[in-house]
Amino acid sequence: MQVTETPARADFQRSPGLLSRIDPRENIFRGIVTLAALAVVLIIVLMIYELTHEAWPAITKFGPRFLWSTDWNPPKARFGALPFIAGTLITSLLALIFGTVIGVGASLFLVEFAPPWVRVPVSYMVELLAAIPSVVYGLWGVFVLGPWIQKTAGPFILDYFSWMPFVHGPALSVGILSAVLILTIMILPTIVAISRDVIAAVPRSQREGILALGATRWEMIRIAVLPYARSGVLGAAILGLARAIGETLAVALVIGNSTNVPDSIFSPAYTMASVIANQFREIENDTHEAALIYIGLLLLIITLIVNAIARALVWRVTRGQITTVIE
Amino acid sequence: MLNNNTKWRSKIRFACVGAATAVAMLTLACGSGTSSSDKTATAGAGTKPATAAATSAATKAAGASPAATTGAGSAIPSNVGKADNAKLTGAGATFPNPLYTRWFSDYKSSIATNVEVNYQSIGSGGGIKQITEKTVDFGASDAPMSDDELAKASGIQHIPTTLGAVVITYNLDGVSAPLKLDGDTIAKIYLGKITKWNDPAIVSQNSGVSLPSADIAVVHRSDGSGTSFVFTDYLSNVSSDWKDGPGTSKNPQWPVGLGGQGNDGVTQQVKQNKNSIGYVELVFAKTNNLPTADIKAKSGDYVTPTTASTSLAASGVTIPADYRLSIVNSATKGAYPISSFTYILLYKNQSDATKGKALVDLLWWAIHDGQQTTTELNYSPLPADVVKLVEKTLTTDITSGGAPLLKAP
Repeated sequence: MQVTETPARADFQRSPGLLSRIDPRENIFRGIVTLAALAVVLIIVLMIYELTHEAWPAITKFGPRFLWSTDWNPPKARFGALPFIAGTLITSLLALIFGTVIGVGASLFLVEFAPPWVRVPVSYMVELLAAIPSVVYGLWGVFVLGPWIQKTAGPFILDYFSWMPFVHGPALSVGILSAVLILTIMILPTIVAISRDVIAAVPRSQREGILALGATRWEMIRIAVLPYARSGVLGAAILGLARAIGETLAVALVIGNSTNVPDSIFSPAYTMASVIANQFREIENDTHEAALIYIGLLLLIITLIVNAIARALVWRVTRGQITTVIE
Repeated sequence: MLNNNTKWRSKIRFACVGAATAVAMLTLACGSGTSSSDKTATAGAGTKPATAAATSAATKAAGASPAATTGAGSAIPSNVGKADNAKLTGAGATFPNPLYTRWFSDYKSSIATNVEVNYQSIGSGGGIKQITEKTVDFGASDAPMSDDELAKASGIQHIPTTLGAVVITYNLDGVSAPLKLDGDTIAKIYLGKITKWNDPAIVSQNSGVSLPSADIAVVHRSDGSGTSFVFTDYLSNVSSDWKDGPGTSKNPQWPVGLGGQGNDGVTQQVKQNKNSIGYVELVFAKTNNLPTADIKAKSGDYVTPTTASTSLAASGVTIPADYRLSIVNSATKGAYPISSFTYILLYKNQSDATKGKALVDLLWWAIHDGQQTTTELNYSPLPADVVKLVEKTLTTDITSGGAPLLKAP
C-alpha cells in the first residue's frame, strides 16, 4: 500500500520541522496522538509482562508439561491445562464452522436473493443479536437450549448418529454441544454483518458480466462473488473465532464445567476462560493462583496466534488482488 | 478494493486489542450466589414475633435447647456498643452475607447508632487475603484458615458466628419420602463407583422406595466454594478412598459429574437432569423448598437437616482455643453430620482501640442477641457451650495496647 503514498506526503511525515514551522500547535497534536498510540502498545506489553510475572511460579514448576497434563487438582497443587485448552479449541472451532456456514449462507441470501423489504428488517435483527449481553445468552442456554438438547435434540442425535465418532450418551442439558450452539449464535452477527458488506461490495459489473455469459445464479456466486469476497469472509470468520475463544460467562453456564477431557459432543467440558472465572475467587494456594494466571497467559498467546494466522491468510489471499488493482 | 483491504486490517487489529482486553476482563468475572442471598434476605425480613415462633419451633424439633436464644438479652453488658463510634469494614464469605447484613443493620438501628459496618461478600479466599494484608477490620471465612495461611497472618483469632450445613438434594420421579443415605454411599456416588440408583447400597437403606435402574447424574459446584469444602471435608472423614483421592478442598478434582455455578447453578442442573444428585447449603435448600436426603449420623440414626440438628453438631464436642476444628460427622446424638462453623477473623491485638472496641462489642452482641435472627433466616444458632467459650475469648484474648477491650459482665 506504500505505493499509493505520494512523495509529497512522505516528505511531510519525515520532517516534522516543516509542520511546526507552519503552526506550533501541530507539535502538541502530534505529541498527543503519539502518546495515544504508545499507550495501546504499552498496555499489551505490560499485560504480557504482568501475566508472565505472576504465572512464573507455575511456569517454572510445571514447564511445558502444563500444556498436555490432564491433572487439575488444586488441593494437591498439581496442575495441567489440557482439559481447558481442548475444551476451548473444540468449542470455538466447531462454533466457527457452524457460524461460517450459516453466516455466509445468510449473507448470500440477504445480498443476492432477498427483496429489500426482507433484507432491511433481517439485517437489523442480525445486528440486534450482537447487542444482547452474553449473560442473557447464557441464561437462555440454561433454561431453553439445555432442556431442548436433553429432551429432544440429544435423543434424536443418539438414535440416528451414534455410529459417528464422538457421539455417545447420555445427553445432558449442559456440555460441548450446548456450548457450541450458544457460541455459534453469539458469533453469527459478527460473521453475517461483515460478510454481507463484503459480498455487497463485489462490483455490479462482475455479476452482470458472468450472467451475460449465461451463468446461473449459483454459478455467478461461485465464480464471480465468492472469490472476490473471500478475504473479507475470512476476516469475518476470524473475528468470530476470537470472540468464541474469549467468551466466558455464557460458556461457563452451559458447558458443564468438568475437568475431564471430553470424548463426546455431549460430555461436560471446561474452557480456559470459564475456569479462570469460576476458580479465581476461591483459590486454594499460591500455585493454584499462578496456574490460573498461566492459563490466562496461554489464552492471550492463543488469541495472538489466531490473529497472526488470520493476518497471514488475509495477506496471502489478497496479495494477488492488490497488485492487480494498483497496476 | 484497496480501501476495503485497509478496513480489514484495521478491523483485525481491533480484534487483537479486543481479545487482549477480554483476557483482562476474565479476572473481573465473579461467581454467583449473590442473587440467592438477596432472596434469603428479603424472605427473612420478618418481624420479631416471627423470630420467636421460628426459634421455638426449631428448639422443639431438636428436643434440645440450642441455648443461645434463652435469656440472651441479659448477657449484654450495659456498656456494650452504646458509646461506640466507628466505621468498620469487613470482607469475606458469601454464605453468611444475608445474616451479616441483617445483623449489622439491626445492630446500628437498635444498639450502636454510630457504628456502621460495610461488609463485602467477596468469598472466603478474598476475606482471608484482605485481613492478612490488613486492608479490612475483619475478615470472614467458611473454612478455617490453613496453617500456611495463618503463618502469613500471625495473631489472627477465629470467632465462630453461626453454623451452616450442606444438604444432599436430588431429582427422582416417584420418590416422596426423604431419601436415606450414609456417608460411604455418598462418597462412592461422587467417586463414580456407584453409578445406578438401584445399586444395592442405596436400595438397602431405602426399603419400600422404588428406585430406577437409571444412571446417577452427579452435580457439583464449579466455582471454588466453602460449601464444597464442608462437603468434601465430610466425605474425607467418612471415606478413606475420598481422603486419599480428591481430598478436602474448595476446588477438589471431581472424578465424575458436571459443575454448576453457585447454589442456584447446582439446583438448576439437578432440576433439569432427571435422576441427578447435588449438594447445596441448607439455607438455600430451605428457602427454595428443595428435597433433601436424611444422612446417617455417627450414632447410627438418619438425621434430617434442620437448623436445630445442625446446631447440635457443635454441641458437646471439645473445641480448641482457636476454634479451628471440623465438626463434620459429629458424635452428638441427633446432630446433622455435614455441618460447619462459619467464622469472623480479626487480629487479637487491635491497633486502633476505638475500632477494636466497636468490633468486639458488635461480636458480643452477635453471639447473644444476634443469634435470635439466625433461625429466622435459616441459619443455625451457636450452642450454649460454644457461646460461653466465645465470651471468654472476646473478654480475654482481644486486646489493644495489652488491655482487653471488653470486660466480662
